[in-house]
Amino acid sequence: MKLYEYLAKGRLQAHGIPVPPGKLCQTADEVAEAVKEISPAAVKAQVLVGGRGKAGGIKFAQNPEEGRKVASEILGMNLKGYTVEQVYVEGKIDVEREFYVSVTVDRNARRPLIMASAHGGVEIEDVEDKYIVRRHVDEAFGMQPFLARDIAAEMGLTGDIQKQVAQILLKLYEVFRTEDAELVEINPLVVSQGKVIAADARLNLDDAALFRHQGLPEVAEGTPLEQRVKEIGLAFVELDGDIAVMANGAGMAMATLDALQHYGGRPANFLDAGGGASVEPTAQAMGVLVDMNPKAIFVNIFGGITRCDDVANAIVQVKKTRGIPVPLVVRLVGTNEQEGVDILRREGIDAFREMSEAAQKAVAVAGEGR
Amino acid sequence: MAIIINDETRVVVQGMTGNQGSFHTGQMLLYGTKVVAGTSPSKAGQVHQGLPVFASVREAVVERGANASIIFVPAAGAKDAAFEAIDAGCSVVVMIPEHVPVQDSILIVEYARFKGAKVIGPNTFGLISPGKSKMGIMPNHIYKPGPVGLVARSGTLSYEIAAALTNAGLGQTTAVGMGGDPVVGQVFNDVLHEFERDPETKACVLVGEIGGSAEEEAAEFIKTMTKPVVAYLAGRAAPPGKRMGHAGAIIERGRGTLESKRMALEAAGATVVEMPWEVASAVKKLLG
Repeated sequence: MKLYEYLAKGRLQAHGIPVPPGKLCQTADEVAEAVKEISPAAVKAQVLVGGRGKAGGIKFAQNPEEGRKVASEILGMNLKGYTVEQVYVEGKIDVEREFYVSVTVDRNARRPLIMASAHGGVEIEDVEDKYIVRRHVDEAFGMQPFLARDIAAEMGLTGDIQKQVAQILLKLYEVFRTEDAELVEINPLVVSQGKVIAADARLNLDDAALFRHQGLPEVAEGTPLEQRVKEIGLAFVELDGDIAVMANGAGMAMATLDALQHYGGRPANFLDAGGGASVEPTAQAMGVLVDMNPKAIFVNIFGGITRCDDVANAIVQVKKTRGIPVPLVVRLVGTNEQEGVDILRREGIDAFREMSEAAQKAVAVAGEGR
Repeated sequence: MAIIINDETRVVVQGMTGNQGSFHTGQMLLYGTKVVAGTSPSKAGQVHQGLPVFASVREAVVERGANASIIFVPAAGAKDAAFEAIDAGCSVVVMIPEHVPVQDSILIVEYARFKGAKVIGPNTFGLISPGKSKMGIMPNHIYKPGPVGLVARSGTLSYEIAAALTNAGLGQTTAVGMGGDPVVGQVFNDVLHEFERDPETKACVLVGEIGGSAEEEAAEFIKTMTKPVVAYLAGRAAPPGKRMGHAGAIIERGRGTLESKRMALEAAGATVVEMPWEVASAVKKLLG
């Protein structure tokens, strides 16, 4: 789960990392009021997309009137598909230097990785490797102060700034561990009047660990349809094509999209119906596909733990209760295959055995392909 | 021969009395796996699936000679279960649960390194050495003994490919599920090392997907391998920034793309096929 900037900064501050003063606002009046105390201020859209500044989601205000004006411009605007409902009014900082610091998980080393650079800011992606310090932490023993000092020194920092950055690195690692983060990143970490401050922050929490962190506000991620399927408990991603897809297992679902694309089709979604889904969730998932109003629906099942007769019954249930008004292509092999095929055939639905043939057929009935 | 598990593997099932644990214990017994005991702190002393239920893994090791564990407990308890199994001396620990916090997985992997144990998963379908032993949730009927070593991230997709291999007359030495999480105990690289050493494995199949760089890392080792490798990679059609079901399957900031994996594997001498149904014929061709 990604946290909004204001929440991320709140967590950093709770762990002792300096952040600028700020206030969360929902209306232009609130912004005007906030700018009385915080001035000059940056008024920042609270949405979970990058590049807010360039898209017009960050503006500056010297006084309450300007605050009201820029707030009315930002609040309600559409920023890369998200409507801005809240802004964060934050003290504008004079930036002397910009650093980059982050802690994330290195999947290959299977250890936390600290990355730091004295060349922070919006161009961090383009910074040469030699200017980025990378150090792993042995989590069995935890982060050590010497490592933070080492990293700050290797960044090329000296004196008091080096000390401040080392302190922040220690605290950043503490945030990573105690908040169960997948990523905590400060970019830029700025020097302003001799003080090192987190000017922007990203904190992505591990969804699997949320049970250890009660009371966090729900942050709605994804499109309305994605949110609906998430509530059913299935993995779903909307894509921009028009062949709706259901498969069992994440890898299988990805391979199914690849197969459609291979034959020139355009998949409308990723949907993993689960490795061993029974009738009811499978029927719910089918219902979502029908609601997407696609040109065709492609169901690709390799029955291992999933039983083909369960999948067939789910399809028939949806067909009988609400109808499937678009062409349907089903590929069904594996456990209880014959039972499944028979159930479908009684309803006039043919099932394929080969994934390649079925994918070609789905592309053809959608009127796509070569 | 086979890798990691064989007919001398004696399995304790942690969380045997739950729904999933109970069902799959039955399936493993049917397959011929030497399941010797289960654990459940609240049901210790009972008999389940004809097997003794102990309060701890240590008892299963001492009383029944267990040397491997498969874990079916809920994700929140998975770390404790894995530490218990490793501490009791299990040399193989298979972690079925999904949604294990990544920081827990990091500690589990560190502890396994320290104790010299092999952790498979979490979020894995397990592993199977056909005809010898199965520790996992894969269907029993799609494998048969033979010369192909299979390693995959994803369960169902690997079943599809295993079944196609079997249908083509290409049995398997061992099929290993690496797991779909960002941090797992055994990665492609580790498993390929084992296959390279195994005299009965004549060719390897790697089923990868977008996200992370385990495939690129494996490519470094494939360069030095004497055995041919066929790879299929899923996620060609996946857009950046969207998590494709697995916690690990996401293209982030241009990293973990299918193209970088394909190029690395091909440069290392692996045969990379476009579609899953092309794997079996590619293996057949390489084995001659």
